[in-house]
Amino acid sequence: MTTTEAPVAATAFDPMVPRTFRLLRTRPDTRDTFTLELEPTDGIPLKFSAGQFTMLHAFGVGEVPISISGNPVKDGPLEHTIRNVGGVTRALVAAEPGTELGVRGPFGTGWDVTDGKGGDVVIITGGIGLAPLRPAILELLSERDQYNRVVLLYGARTPEDILFGDELRKWADRLGIIVEVTVDNGPHDWKGRVGFVTQLIARAGFDPAHTLAFVCGPEAMMRSSANELRQRGVAAGKIRLSMERNMKCGVGLCGHCQLRELFICVDGPILTYEQLAPLMQKWEL
Amino acid sequence: MSTIKEIKDYLPEHPFFKGLDPELVEFLAGCARNVHFSEGEIVFKEGEKADTFYVIRKGRVAIQVHNPAGGGMIFDTADAGDVVGWTWLIPPYKWMFDATASAETSAVAFDGECLRGKCEGDSAVGYALMKRVAMVMNERLEAARMRLLDLYGTGGS
Repeated sequence: MTTTEAPVAATAFDPMVPRTFRLLRTRPDTRDTFTLELEPTDGIPLKFSAGQFTMLHAFGVGEVPISISGNPVKDGPLEHTIRNVGGVTRALVAAEPGTELGVRGPFGTGWDVTDGKGGDVVIITGGIGLAPLRPAILELLSERDQYNRVVLLYGARTPEDILFGDELRKWADRLGIIVEVTVDNGPHDWKGRVGFVTQLIARAGFDPAHTLAFVCGPEAMMRSSANELRQRGVAAGKIRLSMERNMKCGVGLCGHCQLRELFICVDGPILTYEQLAPLMQKWEL
Repeated sequence: MSTIKEIKDYLPEHPFFKGLDPELVEFLAGCARNVHFSEGEIVFKEGEKADTFYVIRKGRVAIQVHNPAGGGMIFDTADAGDVVGWTWLIPPYKWMFDATASAETSAVAFDGECLRGKCEGDSAVGYALMKRVAMVMNERLEAARMRLLDLYGTGGS
C-alpha cells in the first residue's frame, strides 16, 4: 500500500526536539535585557499566540523558558526578550549573529486578546513582565478600533530599566494607548512618576464591568494588582495573569511546573485570577 | 471671596475629599488657599516647619532625599488627585524630606495649624480627616513595602 504524505506534515514538529533558528541580531533594551531576533533555518515561520513561550536552547549550555515578545499578527523574525541573569541567558545574549539556537514550542495558553473587543483593556505589568505582553499590545494595536479604552500601566525599577521606551512613547503618542509608567525610585532630575504600579490603577479610568485585564510581573506584584482590580469591580474571571514556574518539558509530562492540579506549561502560563487566587495564597504550592 | 469659592467647588471633586460631608469640606476650606509652583521650584525642605497640607490639582511634586554621594533620590511623587504632607499633623511638625515641583504644579494649600485647630475643636471633624489621612498613609506604606522587596531586581534563570 502506498501512502501520500501531505506537505503540511513537515510543519508538525516534535515538541521535544529543538528546531534550529539562526540569530539575526541582538538588540540591547536596557543594561541587562536584550531582544534576540531569530529566523528559522528551515524557512518555516513559527506561528504563536500572544502570551505563549518557547524553550530556548543554547547548544552545549542549556535550555530556558522564554516568552515570545514579537508580533503574532505580522511576519518577521521570532523575537525573545531576555534578561541576562544566569548561565543560559548569558550564553544566549552573548551569541554572535549567525549562531544557531534551538527552539521548542510554542507552548502554553495565550492572552486571547480578542476577548476584550468592545470593552476596555487594562494591562498591568512590572519589570521584564512587559515583554510577554508586547505581543498582546501589538495584536491589539492591529485592530485598535475594536477596543474602547486601552491602558498600559508599567512599573520599572529605575528609569534606566524601562523596557521598550521608544515603543511606549509611540503607543502613547500615536497609537491610542494610555501609557502610564512609574519607577521604584528615580534620580533627582527624573520628571516621571515614582511609586508602585498598583498606585496607577485607581486613576486608570476604566469601566470595571466591561474590562479585560492582563497582568504580568513578579507574583507579589500580580497578586497585589489583581486584588486592586477586584476591589474596583473587575470580575476575577476577567483578570488574566501570566504565571511563571520552572517549565522544563513544555508538554505537561515532567511536572516541574506543577501548581497543585495545574501544569503551568500546558494549562498556563496565562490563567485567570479566578483559577489562581486560591493557589497564589498558599505558601506550600 | 472668589478664591474660597473656587476651592470649595474644587475640593469635593478631589479624591481625598470625595464623599465627605459637603459642610465639613466647606468648613475645612476656610484653612485653604491656592498656590502655584513653577517647574523645579522647591515646595518644602527637610527640617523646615511643616505647616502645610497640599492637595495637588495639577502637575507633579517629587519627594526626595538628599544623598551627598549621588545627588538627590526621588522616592515618591504626587500627581493631580494626590496629596502631599501629613507631617503637619505629627509633632514636632518638621518636614522629613525635600519636595520639588517636577512640572508646573497647582495645589490647594491648607494651613496646618488652622487644620489642627479645627480637628481639636471638633472630634468628628478630626476623626473624618484623620481617616482620610490614614488611607493615604496606608496606600503609601503598602507601595513602599512592595518596592522595598525590589521585585524587579535580578532573579535566577
